[in-house]
Amino acid sequence: MAITRDEVLHLAKLANLEFTGEEIDRFTRQIGSILDYVARLNEIDTSAIEPTSHVESGSHALRDDALRPSIPREEALANAPESDGSHFKVPKVIG
Amino acid sequence: MSGLAGRTIGEIQSLVASGKASAVEVCRAHLERARALEPRLKAFRALLEAEALGEAARVDRERAAGRPPGALAGVPIAVKDVLCVRGAPATCGSRILEHHVPIEDATCVARLRRAGAVILGKTNMDEFAMGSSTENSAFEKTANPWALDRVPGGSSGGSAAAVAARAVPAALGTDTGGSIRQPAAFCGIPGMKPTYGRVSRYGLVAFASSLDQAGPFGLTVEDVARVLQVIAGHDPLDSTSAPEGVPDYLAALRGGASGLRLGVPAEYFAAGMDKEIDASVRSALRIAERLGARLEEISLPHTGYAIPAYYIIATAEASSNLARYDGVRYGHRARGAQQLVPLYTRTRTEGFGAEVKRRIMLGTYVLSSGYYDAYYLKGQKVRTLIRRDFERAFEKVDVILTPTSPTPAFRFGEKADDPLAMYLSDIYTVTLNLAGLPGISIPCGLTRDRLPIGLQIVGRRFDEETVLRLAAALEAELKFHQHSPPLAGQP
Repeated sequence: MAITRDEVLHLAKLANLEFTGEEIDRFTRQIGSILDYVARLNEIDTSAIEPTSHVESGSHALRDDALRPSIPREEALANAPESDGSHFKVPKVIG
Repeated sequence: MSGLAGRTIGEIQSLVASGKASAVEVCRAHLERARALEPRLKAFRALLEAEALGEAARVDRERAAGRPPGALAGVPIAVKDVLCVRGAPATCGSRILEHHVPIEDATCVARLRRAGAVILGKTNMDEFAMGSSTENSAFEKTANPWALDRVPGGSSGGSAAAVAARAVPAALGTDTGGSIRQPAAFCGIPGMKPTYGRVSRYGLVAFASSLDQAGPFGLTVEDVARVLQVIAGHDPLDSTSAPEGVPDYLAALRGGASGLRLGVPAEYFAAGMDKEIDASVRSALRIAERLGARLEEISLPHTGYAIPAYYIIATAEASSNLARYDGVRYGHRARGAQQLVPLYTRTRTEGFGAEVKRRIMLGTYVLSSGYYDAYYLKGQKVRTLIRRDFERAFEKVDVILTPTSPTPAFRFGEKADDPLAMYLSDIYTVTLNLAGLPGISIPCGLTRDRLPIGLQIVGRRFDEETVLRLAAALEAELKFHQHSPPLAGQP
């Protein structure tokens, strides 16, 4: 297998996700078979090839650094799960 | 006025512009039809009845006031739920955004409105556009109007099904690896992914930012061109949107096929393809030849590496993009967490479905220290090779023709437990996203089971004109729109 159960548990932690034991087993199997399939890329020698991160669309222009109104606070907070009217509220960060 | 649903954009626009029908009447007719179909079709996440009727009334008032009607005046359009419509929930097919109400329109939606279009509803989709069947929606499974026990394709399955069933004349979808073209093929309608950068991504909830692109579905190639005309063009709010001028796509439709050099890539007609699809696509190639186009066998040698490269790149970008769903600023928040990290973890665990979690995990893996070079960097290098394959081919040919999908629409559940089998549905479509190219799927025939077959036409970057030109020429010969799905004939 291309990936172990422990590696999958570690990934879950990195991704801030939790799984049942059964889900971890299933993901280990499924991600393993996807990685086995992906390994076919090793058939190609890419040592002299530049990577493409983005197909350039010819833009990437920077806009002028001009002052513009931003969205009103009420709108910015409109979808907040919890707020005090001027801030997003979260549980204590430092205990 | 009866029979307003089922018409093309051109027909609706001229009825409304001439006053033979009001935009409100057109809107009502489509709302009624959409509502009547919905129990069987489940194409919509929401019908925006009050808003749509209000918009339609505004179109009618403007006409009465003598202002010139927009290019899409009174045309009802459905929008995939991954695109923001101000004031209407944008769930992205996910529990984590179930109650999320965007405060702005996506740029492509704003442009539709400016042209007089009426946003009729939001359509169902695979969660965060991850899937090829729309079965990954957290809410409902959309049916294929041609066979209600089959999937409409995905991830823009709701938009494709809504157009094919004549609930709307056109819809917007998004395409990251085939999510417009494959459902278009499965549902028997044209659907186009424009060049990367042609249509603004502002207000398109990101899945894989270097691959995502919004585009239209319509009942005809002309309708696809009409919608593209409105949504295309540079947007200062999306730094990846291209400054290229937007040509007249309707004029391009009249060019005919004569004199075009059409590339036929051997790798896309490999063994294992469904025989009926092979035969149908080849027969379309012969029609193109008869119309005066010249066929040339070409090779895109790295095609077999596209799916693995795609699933590395797309999952890597998804794992980064979906890190924003943390229960703090918007979306679902898990109850009762006393500390921040458990809040993140529980929110995400409750909010995301299985396929999204699988892709976040895979993306996290290929980006993680020790594996980055072996997977992510390798994938990006292979992306360069795939791009070059196309660049070389386009030195010899003007457009490339392939099947859109290796199979027709499959049954619900058929691939749901095998992620890799599902990923392989995208084998002919992901290459365009990796290379940033425009492509359309047009229906080119039916299988013996009366399931639509899609033909994909691929163009050079920013050359949607030639793609549409050939698509229109073939459409006129194929006459596929004489066929309509069983559901389209029903009220």
